[in-house]
Amino acid sequence: MSTAPTPAPAAGRASMKKELPERFKSYKHVWVFIEFEHGQIHPVSLELLGEGRKLADKLNCELAGVLLGGDKAQLQEAAVSVWEHGADLVYICADPILTHYRNEPYTRVMTDLTNTYQPEIMLLGATVMGRDLAGAVATTLLTGLTADCTELAIDDEGSLAATRPTFGGSLLCTIHTLNFRPQMATIRPRVMAMPARTTGRRGRTIEHKAGLNELDIITKVLRFLPDRDSKKAQLAYADIVVAGGSGLRSPENLQHVRELAAALGGEWGCSRPLVQKGWVEADRQIGQTGKTIRPKLYIAAGISGAIQHRVGVEGADTIVAINTDPNAPIMDFAHLAVIADATEFLPALTAAFNRRLSVNRLAG
Amino acid sequence: MHIVVCIKQVPDSAQIRVHPVTNTIMRQGVPTIINPYDLFALEEALRLRDTFGGEVTVLTMGPPMAEESLRKALGIGADRAVLLTDRFFAGSDTLATSFALAQAVRKIGETWGEPKLVFTGKQTIDGDTAQVGPGIARRLGLQQFTYVAGIQDVNEAAGTITVLRRAEGGVQELSTQLPALITMLEGTNEIRRGSIADVLRGARAELVTWNAQAAGIADVTSCGLRGSPTVVKRVFAPKTRAAKATQVEVKDRTPETIAEDLIDQIYARQPGLEDDLMRMAAGY
Ligand SMILES: Cc1cc2nc3c(=O)[nH]c(=O)nc-3n(C[C@H](O)[C@H](O)[C@H](O)COP(=O)(O)OP(=O)(O)OC[C@H]3O[C@@H](n4cnc5c(N)ncnc54)[C@H](O)[C@@H]3O)c2cc1C
Ligand SMILES: Nc1ncnc2c1ncn2[C@@H]1O[C@H](COP(=O)(O)O)[C@@H](O)[C@H]1O
Repeated sequence: MSTAPTPAPAAGRASMKKELPERFKSYKHVWVFIEFEHGQIHPVSLELLGEGRKLADKLNCELAGVLLGGDKAQLQEAAVSVWEHGADLVYICADPILTHYRNEPYTRVMTDLTNTYQPEIMLLGATVMGRDLAGAVATTLLTGLTADCTELAIDDEGSLAATRPTFGGSLLCTIHTLNFRPQMATIRPRVMAMPARTTGRRGRTIEHKAGLNELDIITKVLRFLPDRDSKKAQLAYADIVVAGGSGLRSPENLQHVRELAAALGGEWGCSRPLVQKGWVEADRQIGQTGKTIRPKLYIAAGISGAIQHRVGVEGADTIVAINTDPNAPIMDFAHLAVIADATEFLPALTAAFNRRLSVNRLAG
Repeated sequence: MHIVVCIKQVPDSAQIRVHPVTNTIMRQGVPTIINPYDLFALEEALRLRDTFGGEVTVLTMGPPMAEESLRKALGIGADRAVLLTDRFFAGSDTLATSFALAQAVRKIGETWGEPKLVFTGKQTIDGDTAQVGPGIARRLGLQQFTYVAGIQDVNEAAGTITVLRRAEGGVQELSTQLPALITMLEGTNEIRRGSIADVLRGARAELVTWNAQAAGIADVTSCGLRGSPTVVKRVFAPKTRAAKATQVEVKDRTPETIAEDLIDQIYARQPGLEDDLMRMAAGY
């Protein structure tokens, strides 16, 4: 495939000009919705602060984090981390109504904040919460929302250029929201790098009243049942990931993948066919319709490297392919390859790592 | 209970090919399917109908050929199918799509009785935004449950529903007042095969086909390109790396030797990783 960009399609929206209505001209600053649940900030929000900082610097405006929750003291504590990851300003809205995420009160507060303080750009994580909220907020505000972006930039006209995969990942497209504000985008966890934390960096706070009455909120949270295997949630954030694909041929052979992951203190995952066959639970799937990962080391055994898999692993520092086919598509983006039967090679690799790591452990 | 299920006809995207020279999508001959995620929504709706009685109406917005997906849905067991099709809808983004679909749901309610539940899939495999469901809910003022893993309880008399919703790090049990919109998580139910009678009915049935006007959309400026705040500026192929993977020598070597060589090459590529691994192996 050539790397030259295709000419933009000449039709319709592509030829539209930016004619920002007067009422939107006062919209300034970049916002990041800070996902805060069970006393913790979701890492994707910090990743977005890193990205938002770049956009704000380019636009010469402020970066703000928006923190919603039930307990004011907790939110004030969380604000420190938001500043230290790059925000100039934190909007805090504390109300018992916001203790657990619910679409209606969160949508109301976010639209209210937007109408009051008028941000130019609003970024949210493409998580279960972020996607639930973003669609509702964008529809209420009647503005544009671009989902699952992989790249954000500011174009010459000062508009947000949001790039995302399209057509099942085979192409990318750049989307603009020219004449509406705010310009909204969601970004998946691990797509953007975590910014460095500047300890001691501080900013301002603006407190906002939710002005909501629990009696008006129709949906009630009855219970929260935490996942038993909380480790699974770690896959996206693991430094080392080993994954198996159809080339493993039987569910028993997945054991080799798990053993190598365990030897390296990492996590394990799989390609989609193994989920479809029922060998592995869906939350271990890596790729476009699974998790995006960004490990230091990714070892893919018996995985062909289809585009939908590729988009989920490209952020890895080192990609190692173990595959019997030297012409598999994964060779186009892996850094190192071993042309071998994975079921034979994985045990040897696990043993070799175990030897090295234990030898060094004794020596060190 | 009347239930509306929104389904979309999508290209079977595993088979999408990009032209090697022009980098454009080759659409010709690409087979289409019902968006796989929408089948879980349809199945859940059919189950509720089977339990509580009532009707399931499937709705799709698309070109006339989207009729095929509606016939398939009838074949699986839906009671009625509505095709929303008009040139005014061409080029709709998610905001414009949810506007048109919400209007059609309203009209469906006026014609065959107000739906207590509207279902959509988790997301489409072509648009892949998961935004249309929440968009419809907002427009119709429905309570919104995304990523629903199961319906615990429906009390028709009281007009309440309790669902399990996938959340970050766990599952929320939520209850609300109907009407509501649910986007169904994949893998949460087993999709039935339609009976022969249903399949035949699906093939022969008269579909309800509405254009914008018939769906009660007076103002077409909220539809299609004009009603879409987002603008696609550029479509392009992902960058490919010039270099292919470096192959570790395997010829006439034992797996042990190859493994040692691979580890050396990994460490050489990425100094610092060895220390990281040491720390992790030691359990920090
Ligand atoms: C809408 C959509 C979304 C999708 N989303 C995802 C996604 O999120 N994640 C994902 O992974 N896929 C996804 N897919 C599927 C994707 O297109 C591929 O079909 C899938 O990734 C292939 O999985 P695989 O590499 O395990 O299997 P295959 O493509 O069958 O490849 C198996 C590989 O194993 C090699 N092999 C065979 N035997 C051995 C052996 N003994 N030792 C070593 N190697 C061996 C073969 O050479 C081959 O390269 C999606 C598809 C669609 C249409
Ligand atoms: N054109 C359409 N016609 C009917 N339903 C649709 C259409 N587009 C999207 N949907 C529904 O909205 C869900 C989410 O779509 P999306 O926002 O494109 O990921 C899908 O699973 C469908 O149920």
